[in-house]
Amino acid sequence: MPTIKTDALPIRSDEDVVRVRQKVRQWATELSFSLVEQTKVVTAASELARNTLVHGGGGEVTLETLAEGTKRKGLRLTFQDRGPGIPNIERAMTEGYTTGDGLGLGLSGARRLSSEFDIHSEVGVGTSVTITRWK
Amino acid sequence: MADRIPILRMGDCLLVSVQVEMHDQLALTLQNDLTEKIVAARAKGVLIDISVLEMVDSFIGRMLGNIASMSKVLDAETVVVGMQPAVAITLVELGMELPGIRTALDVESGMELIRELIDGQDPDADDQD
Amino acid sequence: MNHPKTGRVADLVARAQQDILDDWIRQQLGQTGRGAGRISEAALRQQSTRFLEAFARAINGGLIYDAKAPRWDDLREVLKELSLSRAAQNFSTSETATFIFSLKQPLFERLRKEAGGADVDADIWSISTLLDTLGLYTSEAYQKAREEVINRQQEEMLELSTPVVQLWDGIVALPLIGTLDSARTQVVMESLLNEVMARRAKFAIIDITGVPTVDTLVAQHLLKTVAAARLMGVECLISGIRPQFAQTIVHLGIDLTQVVTKASLADAFSLALKKLQMAVVRLEGRPGRS
Repeated sequence: MPTIKTDALPIRSDEDVVRVRQKVRQWATELSFSLVEQTKVVTAASELARNTLVHGGGGEVTLETLAEGTKRKGLRLTFQDRGPGIPNIERAMTEGYTTGDGLGLGLSGARRLSSEFDIHSEVGVGTSVTITRWK
Repeated sequence: MADRIPILRMGDCLLVSVQVEMHDQLALTLQNDLTEKIVAARAKGVLIDISVLEMVDSFIGRMLGNIASMSKVLDAETVVVGMQPAVAITLVELGMELPGIRTALDVESGMELIRELIDGQDPDADDQD
Repeated sequence: MNHPKTGRVADLVARAQQDILDDWIRQQLGQTGRGAGRISEAALRQQSTRFLEAFARAINGGLIYDAKAPRWDDLREVLKELSLSRAAQNFSTSETATFIFSLKQPLFERLRKEAGGADVDADIWSISTLLDTLGLYTSEAYQKAREEVINRQQEEMLELSTPVVQLWDGIVALPLIGTLDSARTQVVMESLLNEVMARRAKFAIIDITGVPTVDTLVAQHLLKTVAAARLMGVECLISGIRPQFAQTIVHLGIDLTQVVTKASLADAFSLALKKLQMAVVRLEGRPGRS
């Protein structure tokens, strides 16, 4: 699956989260995602960027534009932090489960808004979440 | 980036029009400012216009819900107006149906709804809420 | 595979291109297939000429057909165009492939004549294989073109089949007809909510009289639409609930208590009017029409 374009942004502050949203919106528009598709992927990015900032103590996101064949295009986002990691991923993915003061919709919500979802976490090393949204 | 969203007063109502992209601190500041202003202005209604917002995630959604619950405690009715279709679809997909929040299509119908609520002529009084 | 390098065939095609073309066209015109008469002689001549020219260029220097070799790009492009135009004219795949296969006879006849008794079996075999491959390629291209047409029509139908109609100032209706699947519900949901926004409607009636079956997934999609509409400040009513649907809903344990449901579109409409503090009344002092 060829990657057409790639870029990375830091996530260190609230303003960075907003910049991630804007960048994701811009790339989704370039891929001519419909308005609803754009909104879904931007919202998922916002949830994950916040997780990276709040739970991971900051990190970065990598954006990739993918193409499969001539028609199928997608946007892949990888959020990476070197935070404390998640001891129990299954529990963290449960809707409503929260360690912070959120609703616990971050991970489960982002998964529901994406076509593909992948998470790796190691206690003491960090967490990496990858989502892909296909057009 | 603006660090405060202005709150306008109109009679016994407070009007908030979100014109900038929300970041978390901005949302928390708005929540604090609003609750203080409701008490200070003895407001009976709060109208929040989010027609410009291109996305509402769980944090902003929760902030809207908090404002509605807090103003309820302070005896004021909150109506959120102007949510875009794509935003609404995404919020539902996210699992946030915000059952505690009153909504209207635009500022005009939102003000009508607030008036009805304040005057105690709740048109949906027989519905669940 | 060891394809013979056949300078002989390449030479022949280069030298006698016009004669082969004439033979070939004459033969095609003589065919009485379903395709006969659907294409003018001029168009046939043009297509045949283009193919033969591209073919002559491609085989010049060897017969090895490699789908990726740039040598064959030109010819493949010609074949693709040919398949597309024939697909548009309702030719069948075998008719389009026959166009290529029909070149064999005039080509082989001339090859035998010119060889003057020499053994041309190897040439015939390799050129025959080559033409078969090219014929199959037209089938593939034809199928792809057809698929594109079908996809486009499906997308158009999705949009066509979900009209949003205005019943009154502030009230819109969405009569759903046909089976609801995930993709369609997504389109339905979006177009309904956009339309509601555009027309500033306060009520949206989703009428499911024309939906044959309702399962858990469809019910969930309906509920999501209702929830999204509510977030926008619009109340959704669902009408056209058939007895069977009511049974299914209860058996599946789907909670529709949060949604206003009515048996008919008329009932839902009159409820919406009532909520807008309006009513339909008979004019006094005039006799009823019926």
